[in-house]
Amino acid sequence: MGAMEFRYEVEGGNFSKAGHASSAVKKILKQLNVDARIIKRVVVALYEGEVNVVAHAHKGHILVNINEDEIGISIIDQGPGIPDIDLAMQEGFSTASAAVREMGFGAGMGLPNMKKNTDNFEIESQVGVGTTVRMTTRLS
Amino acid sequence: MKVREIAEKLELTVYSGHSGLDNEVIGGYVSDLLSDVMGNADEGQAWITLQNHKNIMAVASLKDLAAVILVKGLKPDEATMMHSNEENLPILGTDAETFETAGALFKLLHP
Ligand SMILES: Nc1ncnc2c1ncn2[C@@H]1O[C@H](COP(=O)(O)OP(=O)(O)OP(=O)(O)O)[C@@H](O)[C@H]1O
Ligand SMILES: [Mg+2]
Repeated sequence: MGAMEFRYEVEGGNFSKAGHASSAVKKILKQLNVDARIIKRVVVALYEGEVNVVAHAHKGHILVNINEDEIGISIIDQGPGIPDIDLAMQEGFSTASAAVREMGFGAGMGLPNMKKNTDNFEIESQVGVGTTVRMTTRLS
Repeated sequence: MKVREIAEKLELTVYSGHSGLDNEVIGGYVSDLLSDVMGNADEGQAWITLQNHKNIMAVASLKDLAAVILVKGLKPDEATMMHSNEENLPILGTDAETFETAGALFKLLHP
């Protein structure tokens, strides 16, 4: 198969649509007969990334590249950025609002989940501008 | 055990996702934190929670959970039930508390 690229838009604050990119990518990987365990890992990481844009940023988009060997995902947002990435990566750290916590988000587990479920994980962020998360997972 | 049998034995209300009542339940997971469920629940589990908004369906379907059980008499809204029907993933409910519900499900699955 050749390389494939997909793009999804994410709206900050719109929780009702959170997960649409993850569910689309899950379907694509299933059609490509990717191992179910690998699909699970990709989906966990992508969902958490998608929700982080919804919960913490203004808007963003997701670029997904799939080739024979791996899936690469970039989540690029315009938002407040992350002042201290090491701190944000710690399990339990969250700046989520009370309203977001009430919905069961804001446990501070999203970024650690993303790192755990990918083979390569990088964050770049500029305060007041936005955040880009890049992650790759081997497909075999 | 099938979702249908659990619904009958625990006297749960079936709100939506009737086409998934034959899903096989192999265990349970109890949490109200979505990223905890995302990170730690396993395929085929019934998820017991008090969260009743639409995002529970995104999480449950992405994780291939067997069913969602809402406690304390909480009901899913229209959009959540529609998503449940589309995904063939039942949402059940009970007036009981989380502790009683989890205990009853555990006893049923581990007699
Ligand atoms: N895209 C982002 N833009 C701005 N800040 C972010 C972004 N992603 C994460 N953060 C910051 O990092 C913190 C930790 O993120 P993480 O995903 O681990 O937890 P959370 O989103 O707060 O809760 P959970 O993911 O468990 O629902 C967030 O609370 C927020 O302060
Ligand atoms: Mg998060």
